[in-house]
Amino acid sequence: MADSPVYEQADIAGRQVELIVRGQGRPLLYLHAGDGIEPSLGFIERLSRSFKVTAASHPGFGASPRHGFRDVHDLAYHYLDLLDALKLASPVVVGASFGGWVAAEMAIRAPTRLGSLVLIDAVGIKTTSPDQRDIADLFSLTPAALNELVYKRPPPVPAPADIEAARRIAANQETLSRYAWAPTLHNPRLARWLHRITTPTLLLWGAEDRVVTPDYGRAYAKAIPGAKFQLIDDAGHFPEREQTEAVARAVEAFAGASASVPA
Amino acid sequence: MRIWYFTEQSYHPAWEEVKGPLRIHFPSSIMPRETVSGLLNRYLDEYMLADEMGLDLMINEHHQSLTCMSSANIVTMAILARQTKKARLLSLGVPMGNRMDPLRVAEELAMVDNISGGRVEFGFVKGTPWELYMSNSNPAGMMERFWEAHDVVLKAFATRDGPFSWEGEHFNYRHVNLIPPIYQYPHPPMWLPGSGTDTAKEAARRGYVIASMMTGTVARNTFAAYRKEYQAVHGRPAKSDRMGYFCLMVTADNHEEARRRAEKLYAYSINTPRSPAHTFNPPGYNTIEANAQALLAHTAGADPHAGGTFMDGRPIPPNPTLEMLPEAGKVFWGTPDEVVKQLTKFNDFVGGLGNFLCMTQGGYMGHEETADSIRLIAKEIYPQVRHLGEEVVEPAVEPAE
Repeated sequence: MADSPVYEQADIAGRQVELIVRGQGRPLLYLHAGDGIEPSLGFIERLSRSFKVTAASHPGFGASPRHGFRDVHDLAYHYLDLLDALKLASPVVVGASFGGWVAAEMAIRAPTRLGSLVLIDAVGIKTTSPDQRDIADLFSLTPAALNELVYKRPPPVPAPADIEAARRIAANQETLSRYAWAPTLHNPRLARWLHRITTPTLLLWGAEDRVVTPDYGRAYAKAIPGAKFQLIDDAGHFPEREQTEAVARAVEAFAGASASVPA
Repeated sequence: MRIWYFTEQSYHPAWEEVKGPLRIHFPSSIMPRETVSGLLNRYLDEYMLADEMGLDLMINEHHQSLTCMSSANIVTMAILARQTKKARLLSLGVPMGNRMDPLRVAEELAMVDNISGGRVEFGFVKGTPWELYMSNSNPAGMMERFWEAHDVVLKAFATRDGPFSWEGEHFNYRHVNLIPPIYQYPHPPMWLPGSGTDTAKEAARRGYVIASMMTGTVARNTFAAYRKEYQAVHGRPAKSDRMGYFCLMVTADNHEEARRRAEKLYAYSINTPRSPAHTFNPPGYNTIEANAQALLAHTAGADPHAGGTFMDGRPIPPNPTLEMLPEAGKVFWGTPDEVVKQLTKFNDFVGGLGNFLCMTQGGYMGHEETADSIRLIAKEIYPQVRHLGEEVVEPAVEPAE
């Protein structure tokens, strides 16, 4: 993980959030997974070689106040506000895991406001019968078991260095629960509206994801008109962490920003 | 002091057979229906005996657990409302943070209150962390939902001039008009379980009974915080009938038999932490600050009932002996005279206790020994402790946090 960045504070339609802005190029909004922005800092740095990356802590995560938000619908409208507030024109919107769900919810609401959409091992839809679980229940695992499940090569369970870091982790966990406890990590009505996504869309999927399998990803892709689906080898649920370079290159190739900035 | 008899109505016959957690994951096929039916009826018989002997009754509720088959406490409440004649019936209670429909809770209680002729007492219970995995209620924001449910129920009880509508953050009702209305208008005596000073203060402000559950000597702090806040808000001292304490208590006419019973009963405490490891602390159940401190101290997910101190301040060792447990305020056991001494000492320690919630059937306690214990409690112990808690014993100073 990169060193803790200094976060900027931004005002999004009257709501304060912490965010980082890195790099130059086509605007890219990155939506972090359910464990907060920190584990993605390396990926954000890598993307910033080709894009102007904006990445915020979702309301309730990190040190961004929750602003009374209750569900992913609030987050979707919040991020559409953010695109306007920060004047991100035709942005690439990249969301990982829980962030992918948020990105999909944005896209069904305003498909033409997004320039491109990249979903990385996104959760958010229900693909099987009511008595089947197609998203692993991340809330029913000890921290150690969760860590084992999500990675192909699990790093040590992150341990906070100080009380501030611990507060951020505790806030992330509580807020993810608030948004995604039940229905667990999905919106039963989302799949019904995915046909609205006319945005050029790429789904990247860890070939060894055990939270949402590649078959789940293929079902997701099939529901979005014209979406491309690409496996990332040798990675679990977070390929942007385990195969940062491969995922970044795939985003660059898809969003047309590769090779403009030397590595 | 009032004594409230309690059993958790466990399915203990399978505790040995099930090697892992006693909650959520085991197959219910291990429970033959004849055994289940027999036990549920036996527990009702014991409640009936406790009523005949002059004890009040407490009924609880848990879900998908071999430690408690009472999955709908209103069912037991309803039976006892009709079958008993004297006992106060304490529902402690309905886990309001988990229930989706507070109006239904109010309706059920109103029926039971009428059938019992106004003998219902009612506790608003937060619910255990592991049960959020069954109710699927969101642990984040649970207390907001809890208090909104509380307000719906209390307003439903207190409204006698036709329906009101409720359009809240968590609950939405077009018409709320309780038919039948509550018997004990505007509401039955109210209880709030908890051990933290914030909960104690909340209960004090509302004048509800605070119930400290199996917390041992922590109860002293809890009651001190309650008394201080009560005095500040209401301008008079809180009577000890506002204090409730729950733990195990068993007796016999000789020490050896009492010890044998205490060992069987204490199996409850040994087995009750057997929940799946991931269910101790669903995110949002505790505050962000508490969770942050636990993360830093590497104690997240630890059993909150472990540890503690004896009445003299010494730390309770891991796996305490039965002989240590009365001093820890966790199990009172012995001959009736021995138990009277233990209970009196605890009463004095906490500054006066008006309600003792007494788990006498639990663990592996069989029917005959439970019934014998109930009789001895009623005949030998109760007359000697009834006067306790009539006044505050010693000014209850709130010790340093």
